[in-house]
Amino acid sequence: MPTLNDYLLVSGLLFAIGLAGVVLRRNIIIVFMCLELMLSAANLSLVAFSRFNTINGLPDYNAQMLVFFVITVAAAEVAVGLAIIVALYRARQTIHTDELTSLKG
Amino acid sequence: MNLPWLLLFLPLAVAVINQLALRRGPLAPWLSTASAIATLVISLRLLGQSSTFNIDWATIGDLHLQIGIKLDQLSTGMMTVVTGVGALVHIFSLSYMKDDAAKNRYFTGLSLFMFSMTGIVLSSNFIMTFIFWELVGLSSYLLIGHWYHKDSAADAAKKAFLCNRVGDFGFMIGILMLWGITGTLAFDEMTVPAEISAGVLSAAVLCIFCGAVGKSAQLPLHVWLPDAMEGPTPVSALIHAATMVAAGVYMLFRLQLSLGFEVFEGLQASAVIAWTGGITALVAALMAVQQDDIKRVLAYSTLSQLGYMVMAVGLVSGEAGMFHLFTHAWFKALLFLGSGAVIHACHHEQNIWKMGGLLRKMPLTGITFFLGFAALIAVPFTSGFFSKELILHAAHEKQAALFWIAAIVAVLTPFYMTRLFIVAFLGKPRSENSDHAHEVGPLMLLPLILLSVLAVGAGYGFAHKLAPAVPEHAGEFHVNFLFWVSVTALVVGTGFALLLYTGKDKDPLSVPVLKNRFYIDGFYDNFIVRYFQDSLAAIVHFLDELIINGLLVGGISRSAVSVGNLFRKVQSGQLQGYAFAIGIGAALVVYFTVFF
Repeated sequence: MPTLNDYLLVSGLLFAIGLAGVVLRRNIIIVFMCLELMLSAANLSLVAFSRFNTINGLPDYNAQMLVFFVITVAAAEVAVGLAIIVALYRARQTIHTDELTSLKG
Repeated sequence: MNLPWLLLFLPLAVAVINQLALRRGPLAPWLSTASAIATLVISLRLLGQSSTFNIDWATIGDLHLQIGIKLDQLSTGMMTVVTGVGALVHIFSLSYMKDDAAKNRYFTGLSLFMFSMTGIVLSSNFIMTFIFWELVGLSSYLLIGHWYHKDSAADAAKKAFLCNRVGDFGFMIGILMLWGITGTLAFDEMTVPAEISAGVLSAAVLCIFCGAVGKSAQLPLHVWLPDAMEGPTPVSALIHAATMVAAGVYMLFRLQLSLGFEVFEGLQASAVIAWTGGITALVAALMAVQQDDIKRVLAYSTLSQLGYMVMAVGLVSGEAGMFHLFTHAWFKALLFLGSGAVIHACHHEQNIWKMGGLLRKMPLTGITFFLGFAALIAVPFTSGFFSKELILHAAHEKQAALFWIAAIVAVLTPFYMTRLFIVAFLGKPRSENSDHAHEVGPLMLLPLILLSVLAVGAGYGFAHKLAPAVPEHAGEFHVNFLFWVSVTALVVGTGFALLLYTGKDKDPLSVPVLKNRFYIDGFYDNFIVRYFQDSLAAIVHFLDELIINGLLVGGISRSAVSVGNLFRKVQSGQLQGYAFAIGIGAALVVYFTVFF
């Protein structure tokens, strides 16, 4: 039977992988996928807390409610994000973040 | 009650209307002239009244700054001189400036001057005097520089203004010292406390005298007056001969009247004033001997006569000085307007060696000029004779050395004036311009004729009601030692000039020292301006560049720029950089909220 710490460890690991992907990878689609990974890490820890935080023998469903919200918002975000990436590619013919530096001061 | 205020503010109102509403069109000259004549009528009505009106202008602790009008024999008499000469000069200018493109500006300037001069004369306290003192300086600047597109006129205006500023600094310090001594600035309330030492009082009086040195063009600040002749000739007649330059004498006499004459007897400052006047009279008369410009000769003669007046004030015989101011105003205005008529007729030729034979070409101008000339060289029974006698009398009584200086000046005056008259009016024309000269129009002749009546008659009893101050024995006539001295001086001076200059076509006399005005102007230009002013300018420039521009203005902008450059680095445009910063930031927030 895995403990809460095991779940949180996996969740932290997933979050770290996602953050590393966001910071290090140059392809914006990969960056986007890594963002999703970070959201999943958060979801995992929320579900774990829900499972281990029982009220009157039942799990705390508040956390699971939150997870559904996150998944919904993430779906919307994917739609908008991918649309932006497509528009960006049409405008600039590239999705490499190294080449998208026109905001440099 | 309202009449004096009207007298003061009418010219200002006219100047404002001219400037705001009548800059174009033919009305401005007529409006100015009408106001000048109106002020003359008002001053004649006010003549001899005596009263004081004051309005509190500002109160600072115990110090009440007032704008006020003081009427007495001195101020009302002076007003008749100012407005009388002023009105005639306005009339003369109508014709003289007829073809000038900027004559509206010119008449606005004249009205502004009339306002400022009225303010000095009517002022009831030293602060008001000082304010209007600066205003006459300004209007004189504007009028000297009327033809500002000529470099010489612009430079002369600047020179006049700067020389006056030098004197005015002393004047301001003197006013403050006087306030410290007497505790008041109003002429009516001034008395000298007994415990004040003569030295302190002398210092205050000398500082105030500095103002008079600047305005009345005494040595060593006399250099601006001859240059001021660059202005239109009627301006020279009004401002630089009859009224403004006499303001210094007027102010000194007002000071003596307020503090009491006995205070000034034997005061060291009085001796300094008397000697400054005497030396100015002598030096200026010497310089006049070798000048070729008709207006410059008259300018140096004005300096010399102002020296006489200042000397009389210094000898505590201010009445004699004021009386000479009164007669001098008429005949010197006459001479200047006469020279203006000559210059006008000769197509702006000012060199007397290019004139000649003008008496035949323009007889009326010539005769009036001759009458003014007679009054200036003190031919017996003209006004100048009576007033000069009084000054010589005062000098003879009080200071023998100054008397002999004055006597030498009395020889030089007929000498240079006879030279001027012979060369310009007699003989035959020496240039085409003077050959084609013809009599000027009636608007110019009228002031000349009126002034020549006063030039001859101002010394007699009927004119004494008009005078600012009438000494005892004025207009009397005695055949005594003084009479013989002045007649001898007159005969010697005129005789030498007649011998030397009759029938000559160029100057038989050449004294470079006098021609170059004792090198005083050269000394100022080459020494004071170059070393003193330029090194001061270098220091100020250094401070300005380094401290003001470099540190204060430039420093603030440079620090803003460098902070901006620093933050620019943060905005790299690298998406991952931003993401990394957000990540670090979030981690720090978590760290601090959890562990602290």
